[in-house]
Parts: sequence; C-alpha cells; structure tokens
Amino acid sequence: MATKTTELATVGTHLKREATTAEGLQYLTFTLAGESYGIDILQVQEIRGWVPVTKVPNAPSFVRGVMNLRGAIVPVIDLRLRFGLESVEYTKTTVVIVVTVRSEQGGRIVGMVVDGVSDVLNINNAADIKDPPDFGTAVNTEFISGLVTIEAEMVMLLDVDRLLSIEEMFAMESIRGVDAARATA
Amino acid sequence: MATILIVDDSASMRQMVEFTLKEAGHQVMVAEDGLAALNLAKGAASDLVITDVNMPNMDGITLIRELRALPAYKFTPILTLTTESTTDKKMEGKGAGATGWIVKPFNPEKLLATVNKVLG
Amino acid sequence: MAIDIGQFVQTFFEESLEGLDIMEAGLLALPPGAADLEQINTIFRAAHSIKGGSGTFGFKEVTDFTHVMETLLDKMREGQLAVTGEAVNSLLESVDCLREMLMAVRQNTDIDNARVGDLQGRLTQLLERKGAASGTADATGHRGPVASQPLPPAGGWLIGFRPHLDLMHRGNDPVRIFRELAALGDLTVRPDFSRLPRLAEMQPEDCYLAWELELRGDAGHEAVTEVFAWVEDDCDLSIEALVETIVPPATGKTAAEEPGQGELLLERRGGDRRKSDRRGSGAAADGGSIRVGIDKVDAVINLVGELVTTQSMLSALGVDFDMDRIDKLHEALDQLDRNTRDLQEHVMRIRMLPVSSVFSRFPRMVHDISEKLGKRVELQISGEQTEIDKTVIEKIGDPLIHLVRNSLDHGIEPPGERGTKPQTGIITLNAYHKSGSIFIEVGDDGRGLDRDALRRKGLDSGLLRPGEEYSDEQIHELIFHPGLSTAKQISDVSGRGVGMDVVRRNIQDVGGNIQIASQPGRGSMITICLPLTLAILDGQLVSVGQDCYIIPLLSIVESVQIRAEAINRMAGKCEVLRFRGQHLPILRLYELFGAEDAVTDLEKGLLVVVEADGRQVGLFVDDLQGQQQVSIKSLEKNFRRVSGVAGATILGDGRVGLILDISGLIRVNNAAM
Repeated sequence: MATKTTELATVGTHLKREATTAEGLQYLTFTLAGESYGIDILQVQEIRGWVPVTKVPNAPSFVRGVMNLRGAIVPVIDLRLRFGLESVEYTKTTVVIVVTVRSEQGGRIVGMVVDGVSDVLNINNAADIKDPPDFGTAVNTEFISGLVTIEAEMVMLLDVDRLLSIEEMFAMESIRGVDAARATA
Repeated sequence: MATILIVDDSASMRQMVEFTLKEAGHQVMVAEDGLAALNLAKGAASDLVITDVNMPNMDGITLIRELRALPAYKFTPILTLTTESTTDKKMEGKGAGATGWIVKPFNPEKLLATVNKVLG
Repeated sequence: MAIDIGQFVQTFFEESLEGLDIMEAGLLALPPGAADLEQINTIFRAAHSIKGGSGTFGFKEVTDFTHVMETLLDKMREGQLAVTGEAVNSLLESVDCLREMLMAVRQNTDIDNARVGDLQGRLTQLLERKGAASGTADATGHRGPVASQPLPPAGGWLIGFRPHLDLMHRGNDPVRIFRELAALGDLTVRPDFSRLPRLAEMQPEDCYLAWELELRGDAGHEAVTEVFAWVEDDCDLSIEALVETIVPPATGKTAAEEPGQGELLLERRGGDRRKSDRRGSGAAADGGSIRVGIDKVDAVINLVGELVTTQSMLSALGVDFDMDRIDKLHEALDQLDRNTRDLQEHVMRIRMLPVSSVFSRFPRMVHDISEKLGKRVELQISGEQTEIDKTVIEKIGDPLIHLVRNSLDHGIEPPGERGTKPQTGIITLNAYHKSGSIFIEVGDDGRGLDRDALRRKGLDSGLLRPGEEYSDEQIHELIFHPGLSTAKQISDVSGRGVGMDVVRRNIQDVGGNIQIASQPGRGSMITICLPLTLAILDGQLVSVGQDCYIIPLLSIVESVQIRAEAINRMAGKCEVLRFRGQHLPILRLYELFGAEDAVTDLEKGLLVVVEADGRQVGLFVDDLQGQQQVSIKSLEKNFRRVSGVAGATILGDGRVGLILDISGLIRVNNAAM
C-alpha cells in the first residue's frame, strides 16, 4: 500500500499542516465544468498532474485506466464522465486527486481527474453545511453530502466513498449498458 | 548481571526463559539443541547453563558431559530442565556433571528464584 | 517481579501443533512389532515437549493427558510394551484428541471430557495389560500421598554435611547451601578440617572440608532436604532433630493437608489462564507468519551487504565523474544488476516452503481411508523437500486431497481384483522442479480410467460427436468437465462427479495446469504444473497501439507472421489461421482491450501462439518488445478483477503494464464461440 505521507505537488505543503491543526472540518475544493466541489481533506492522499494511464479492458468509459502510484496499481476515474458531463481535453492544469475510498473490502486508493484544484475550505461551524437540494444540480444528489455557500459561491460537498465505490460504478455501468442497448434496439 | 546459556528445543520454553531472565537483567544466549549450545559454549563462557534433557541432535546429558570437558565450563553451574516423572533423568544429569535441576512445570518466579539461588 | 507468560502461549500452540504432526507422522511410519527406537524416541520427545509446555502454561488437562501418552511411549521405548497396531491406533486417536484439546484451550471453549476420559482409559488399559502396577499409578497422573515425613521439631535441625571431594566439579558450592539454609532460620556453621591435606597435596578443585550445621527455627524437614536436593549424592548427609522430645502430632495433618508445591503452582496458573488465552486468540487472529530458516535470512543479509558495496562504489563514481571512467560506471551498473537479481531471487525464497507441509497429511489420510475401504495401500512420497511459494502451498492442499482420495477410492482395486499385480496397491506422491516450474504428481497402480465409460458419457452429454475418432488425451480430458464422473458408485470418500472440474479450477487459480495420463489396468498419473512463485513471472512484452501487454513466457508456443490466404473466416466473426495442420482461432488483442492506434491489418502485425489447458489460440499484436521478469501486482487491491488479465506490473518507464491471463482469454474465447 502507498504510504500515508501526503505529497501535495500542486498546492504545496500547507495543506497537510492545516489539515492536522485546524479544529473544524476541512475540505479540498476543486472545479469541474465551472462548478465547485469539495471533498473531505482527510481522504486526500496527494494531488498530481495528469499523466497518461494504462487502459483497462471491459471497464466503463469513466475509468480512464490504471496508474502507478509508487508501486501500487491505482485506478483513475474521470470525474466529468463519472457525472455524465461532457469530456474535455486534458490540459496542464488538469489534476488527479488521489483519495482513499473506504469500502467493505477496506481502504482503496483511487485517483480522480478534475479540471483544477482551487483551495482548502475551512468550515468551523457544522451548521454552515446545508442539506443538498433534490434538484437543479448536474450531479446525482445521492453523491452530495451537503452544500456550503462561500462568498456567494456554492460548493457541493461530495461523498467520496459512494462516488468512487468500485462496486457502485460497475453496477451503474451495467444498468447504463442495458439502457443503451434498449435505446438502440 | 550474569551471562546465562539456555538450551531447549521448545521455542515457547526458550522464549519464556529468555524473556524472564532478560527482564531480570541477565545476558542470555539461546540454543535449540545440544549441538548448537556446545558450539556457542566453545565461543563464550557463561555463568550458568540451563538445559533441557530430551532434545534432537544432541541431548542434554551428552551436552553436560561435553561442557564439563571444556575448561571454561568445568565449574559452571549447569541446571537441567526436567519433569517430575523422570526422576532417573535428574540422576542421569547429575551423573553427567549437572549441578542440579529445575522441575517442569515452573513459572517465571520459580525460575528466577532458582537462578538467583545458584548465582548467589 | 510479575512476568506475564501469556505472550508465549501462541508459540506454545504453534510448536505443539507441529509436535502433533511429528507424532502422527512418526506413528504412521512405525512398523508394528518392531520397535524402531529412534522413531519412538522422536515421538516421545514431541509428547514430552507438549507436556512440559502445557504444564508451564497451566493447561492441566493437556498435561495429564499427554502424561499418559508419554508413559505409554516410554514403556515402548524401554521395550516393556509391544508396538501393536492397537496401541498405534490408540495413540493416533490420542493425537487427534490432543489436537482438539489444544484448539479448545486456544479458543477458550470446552474440552470434550468424555472423549478424553475414554481415550485416557484405553491408554491406561494398554499400560495395565503390561502388568505393571507402577505404570497405572503413573498413568493417572496422580501421585499417592507423600510418604510421611518427620515433623518439624520445635527447636530445629542438626545437620552433618560431609561433601565428597568432587562436589564442586558439578558446579555446586557449599556457600550457596549455607546461604539457603540461613534463609530458613538461625544458622551456625562449624567447619571440620580433619580431611584437609597438606598444602603440597591439596587439589584446588576439591572440597576437603566438612561441616556441622545447626539450624534453629521452625523450618520443616522437607525444606531442609530440599536445600540439599542437588547434592544428595555428592555428600554424606545427616539431618537430625535438635531437640530430643518430638512434639506429638497435635497438628498431625499438616504434611498431608498442605498441597505439594507443584499443585499449588498449577492452581495459581490456572487462575492466570483466562487472561493468557485471550491474548493467545488475539494473536491467532492476525495475519499469517512464515518460519524462515536462518540460512535464508543470512543469505539475504549477505546480498544486502554486497548491494551496499556496489552503492558506495557508484556514489564514489558520481563525485566528479568524467567520461574516462565510463567503463567503471558500466562495471558498477552490471554489478548492481547482478546484486538486484540475486537479492530478488533470495527474497523470493523466503516465501518458499517445502511441499512436505502439504504432503505430511497424506500418510494419515491414506492409512485411515484404506482401512475404511478395506484396501491395502502403500503411500510412497518423494521430493517433499521441493520448495513452493507459500500462497501456492495453501491453495493446492484441497485439490491434492481430492486427487489422492480419487486414487484410493476409484483407482486402487480391492484385494482380490488386482490380478497379477501385488495385492498391496501403491499411490505415489512426488514433487520436483523442472524448467522454472514445479511439478506435483499423484499416481496409482490401480485400474486406470475407464475409456469406454468416459467415451459413452462424453457422447451422452454431447461433448463428443458420434462417429469421430478421439485420442486418449481427448477422452481423458473429459474427467475435468463438470458432471462427468466414472465412479460406478457414490461413496462418501470421493463423492459424486463434482470434483475434477473444481480441482482444475483451483489449480488454474494459482496459475497452474493439470493433466492426466492413464493406462487401463496399470494405473493413472495426474501431473500438476505450478509456477515457481506467484510474485514474479518471466514475461514477453508485446505492443498493441500505444499499449504494452505482458504475456507469460511459459504459455507462448511461438510467434508467426500471417499470410492472408491462410486465414479462414468462420461463421460469424471468428477468424482462424490454418497453421501446422490445425485451425488456430485468432484473438485480436486491440479489439478485446479497446487499444487505439493499433495495427489492424493481420499481415502487418504478428501472431503470438499461446497455449493453456491443452488448447492453442493466436494473439494478434503489433510487435514483440523485450522479454523481462516482471513482478506481479494486484489489480484487485484498489480496483477489481478484470477478465483476461492476470494482474499488472510496473514497466521500466514507470507505466503500468497488464499481464494477460492466457487461460482466462481462452475460456472467454471458447464461450464466445
């Protein structure tokens, strides 16, 4: 397994320090198709620039492939495709956030491709987190654990464990496959 | 603090004796049969030898004879580890040159008491 | 100082279970009637160790039970008791019983006292038959009341202690004895110099002095004799009461009432036991461990030493390097390469265990089952020192059991049906290394496979086509199909036709394959081929578009260029190549794996012919790259199992390469057809 050492290639080392010292909740925020999302910083292992990965056969399209993370084989998920958004060319600012996903089989390490990393969000008062709306988001609300508004900007907090659950991703894909087959029939 | 050589083919016994004696501040050498013990003894003197009797490769009785033939072990106290049922083994050990015996089963307290008795 | 011995309980269980295996193997190898002293001694020693350990850790039931076994074995060793089949069988059952007792103690569950009592009774009976009353007394583990001791006098003891000259030759020291006595009461020591020779005649190592000791206090006779226990035979000793008038036994029961020291200890440790048990089971829950021979560890340490040397050589070169020293650099890099390979090889060996750990269970199994079936069978084991990766060892146990049971049940004929062959059937179990793989063979000299019956079943189930000729291999192959068993009767030994397909699947799961050869009336031989290790394989790198895949070298038959006219398109999409008189299905890897920018014109790429489970297919790739050893990484750990892929590895440029699962690909292809 990869070590717990947090290497924050793009955002610098302040991330880790804040994560361990602040008392409130901390979220790493990133952008995807113009929207802001946040994930629990304790689940973030590291942030890396995009490098080509090795494709895996018979996988859903949002599984870009697998990469080498210090000797461990780690799947890389394109979050735009995962949300059913339009895909874009990867650029220099495209980053892979490596997160630890908790599952019944234990912790899994998964990389997710996002448009860019923004900042660390401190939430000192849990009451600032509002329930997710059941409409009007590009993302299926079952993956959103809450909403926070910061300076008139809305940040959707994601439930990474559900979002990147391998079982769920493959279950969903097989349903989509059936739908697609019906559509073409 | 003394240097003590422990010889037993049973790992759990070895571990227990070693741990107990180290806790008491002694230096410990460990061997899993008579042959290994003899080789250790040829390289280093010790203040006390505690050996099992029934072991593969070289049993405790032969080991005691061999040890007594080494100048450095001529007067070293040697205790055999023995069970009650083998009273004759105690005597066989004595005949070979053992100082005394510790009767199995024993607990760490009893072991330490005996060791302290011998070491003074 | 309180020392918790619970931390060693786990070791005790491990070594006791090993000891039981030794006893079992020894008992099975014991020829009835003849007392093989060495063998019995080995068995005795194992029992003895278990008894000693269990006593120390306070497992009294185990101690008592082992004590009876030990006594019986001791009598056998002394030649006082015959090694009969009955005795051996009782001891074998006792081994099983003891194993269960240990498990029960380990898991803190109840011991089956009825069974223990029954066996203990049978063992005791065996001892009694020998006719020695002392044997029974010993066997029950209870000792009669201690012979009545003189009661402690009010005043104390007068001790005459006259050491033999050589007392100190055994490491004893009168001063120690005095020190101990002084701890028991008020001691006065009066030396006796009468034996002292003249200085010129004196041997410095001898003990010439004698003593008269007066111990005042209420120390018991037993306590005093205890002090002299070790030197009893090395001196003349007299212990007399100091006071003439002995107090009448008003408290006459003291000696009998006071429990012996040994019992007291057991009781106390009985109280500790629950604590140590909990600790023991906790330790049992954590991951597996390997016992590694010190020589293997030393070898690795040596290699690390060499690696360090090479590293310092390279660092030294790195300081003001110039092109003149390029040769030196190459040399050092070569050395690094060698070190790395050696180190890798030796580290892998740490995971390797002798196959004997699996084979060792078979003598007992064959003994029990052949007895049950009324067959006479001899098991011949060879190559048990062959080492196999620990993971593989764990996986092949069940398949092997199944194969041996099959041989016992269906292979070996009952006595009287073996024709001109010896009435005792032979089952062989053999393991050996050959060309980077490990082979395990299970053979028997029984009746062999029933070719006609198999053929009929093949036809009935539609696996064979009527009117076609099939080779023996093709017919024998049928036993690996689900639902096909030639056993005429269902028995509880090897059961129904479930089995051989499961066996094959299990073997394939660890990257191996299985084959059978059989001759009617002469027997069968099943050969299992296993990879040396699951962690590393020799791979052929192939390129497909931008991607690079690894094909296990062992499964590659050859690589060929394709001529378009040799290709046939079967019904549907399946392409086959006419090749050396057979039709070879073609799998286009870029299609299967969705690779981009790959060569799609069959004439412009290469066909790698691979084989698994006796079938061949051609994998179409762009080109061959190098061959290299790759370490196998799990895809499942962070992702999931992918069909057609055995695992992944890190390539030289740091990218991930997928390792193809050839037998999986062939299965998928067959299903598609």
